[in-house]
Amino acid sequence: MTEYLFYPGCSMESSAKAYYDSLMAIAGPMGLKLKEIEDWNCCGATEYLGISLTPAYALISRNLALAAKQANGTKTVVAPCSACYLNLSKADFYMQERPKLGKMVNQALEAGGLSYKPGSLDVRHLLDVLIYDIGLDTIKSKVVRPLKGLRLAPYLGCMVPRPDYEHRWSDPEHPVELDLLLEVLGAEVIDYPLKTHCCGGHMTQIGPETAFELIRRLISSADQYEADMMVTLCPMCQMNLDAYQNETNRFFGTNFNMPIMFFTQLMGLAFGLDAKDLGFGSELVSANEALAKIGVEVPLETQAAPARPRKKEGLPMPTPLPTNAPQLPKDEEA
Amino acid sequence: MTISPTIERPPSTIPKQIEDLTMLEEVAARTAGVSRLEMCIQCGTCGGSCPSAADMDHTPRMLFAMLRAGMRQAALSSNTPWVCVSCYHCVVRCPQNVHIADVMYTLKSMAIHAKLYKDATAPDFSQTFVDMVEEYGRSFEFGLATRHYLKHFPLRLPGMAPMGLGLLSKKRMSITPSRIKNIKQLKSILKRAKELEADDHD
Repeated sequence: MTEYLFYPGCSMESSAKAYYDSLMAIAGPMGLKLKEIEDWNCCGATEYLGISLTPAYALISRNLALAAKQANGTKTVVAPCSACYLNLSKADFYMQERPKLGKMVNQALEAGGLSYKPGSLDVRHLLDVLIYDIGLDTIKSKVVRPLKGLRLAPYLGCMVPRPDYEHRWSDPEHPVELDLLLEVLGAEVIDYPLKTHCCGGHMTQIGPETAFELIRRLISSADQYEADMMVTLCPMCQMNLDAYQNETNRFFGTNFNMPIMFFTQLMGLAFGLDAKDLGFGSELVSANEALAKIGVEVPLETQAAPARPRKKEGLPMPTPLPTNAPQLPKDEEA
Repeated sequence: MTISPTIERPPSTIPKQIEDLTMLEEVAARTAGVSRLEMCIQCGTCGGSCPSAADMDHTPRMLFAMLRAGMRQAALSSNTPWVCVSCYHCVVRCPQNVHIADVMYTLKSMAIHAKLYKDATAPDFSQTFVDMVEEYGRSFEFGLATRHYLKHFPLRLPGMAPMGLGLLSKKRMSITPSRIKNIKQLKSILKRAKELEADDHD
């Protein structure tokens, strides 16, 4: 057993519960001992950095300080969420690159009786640890139900392979780690060209048209490659592609039906674990059809209730206009 | 404390009202890490790599030229930093290793400080997110989504209801926030951090 400090991040407790459940299910077989950082706080995602510098870095660094304090012989912090991984490693890196930042952050931490010496931890992503510490051979040796016949599009998104301060990945734009992992699970892995393109990030919340186009590009490409599902390692990507797929379809008049799963869920399946322990069924775009290809059934109680048929006489709902729709002439200013 | 320029210049011949030549240095000084902003060679790789450039008022290259020219008002009211999706494509492709994404974060915070942003949707979203985090120590998606959508996208709500209900029924969203144990400690840290930040900007 190798012990790691574990920073789950807020999404793992809510929107990405399936990621958390499946990670906990595979941790045993993988020999991963994850020690959760006691009383960790939110990393600020991509929001706090744009508000104010020192508070944003102090927020991130409280986690580093707690981790360093609770580290018992280990110095590796594992984060499964891309934004958390980037923020933690970014804070650690910049405080070394620019000591003034480290000094200000430590002055702030002092108000809470904490301190952190930049560079004293290794911040790593879960996939990195699985591939480079545990190893593909070990992963392969645990496969009892190869995912034969399942066509997968490996999708990493942005913040894990980039900017990659510590040069941990094979390539910032076309890394192969996720492809290799899915291959040893026995799946058919497509060479997905958009594997590190953007899912829209927070633009689903603040500029939906921008986000919908980015989501459309990703799903449409995976669809053209005839992928059965897209496999990701990021809670934000999963949320955008899964939960906003319907809205994107409505916006463009498309009819995509692409399940978006976490790579740990597929690892669990290949290891012969029960689908109900791996968070299957919590996706909004159902994976049942794809899973049926490999003889996996999703437990009934977690399946979505069938949609209530809409009454014909119901009130019309406002739908956004497509961008190329004819515009009404603007009123002349009085 | 003022941010003092590190380069000595001969007396300027530029008319006072457009002279703001410390802008570039100020942005660099306020960016985490070493921004390398002054190393930009205006090659345009950033804009060419940007997935949301089409929606931007100025490409990153153009924006950096504006900073260099001291066009404070125009640069801080550009929508560019707000449309940046933090994908870091430009960052890994930049031949000069400019920390472009981090410069965008700096420009956002400066635009908020100077109240120069044109559209409040993005700053409000960030601020609401931060308010929740400062209150609970954790993000609170349900509170964030309801507050944000009611204010900025009320017309999107009916169309989004099935998704919201789906997330709730699949237990992917909670209607109550969770709070960290030592929120008092976090609040003191953030209070001190804000004081330090304010001192640094005076």
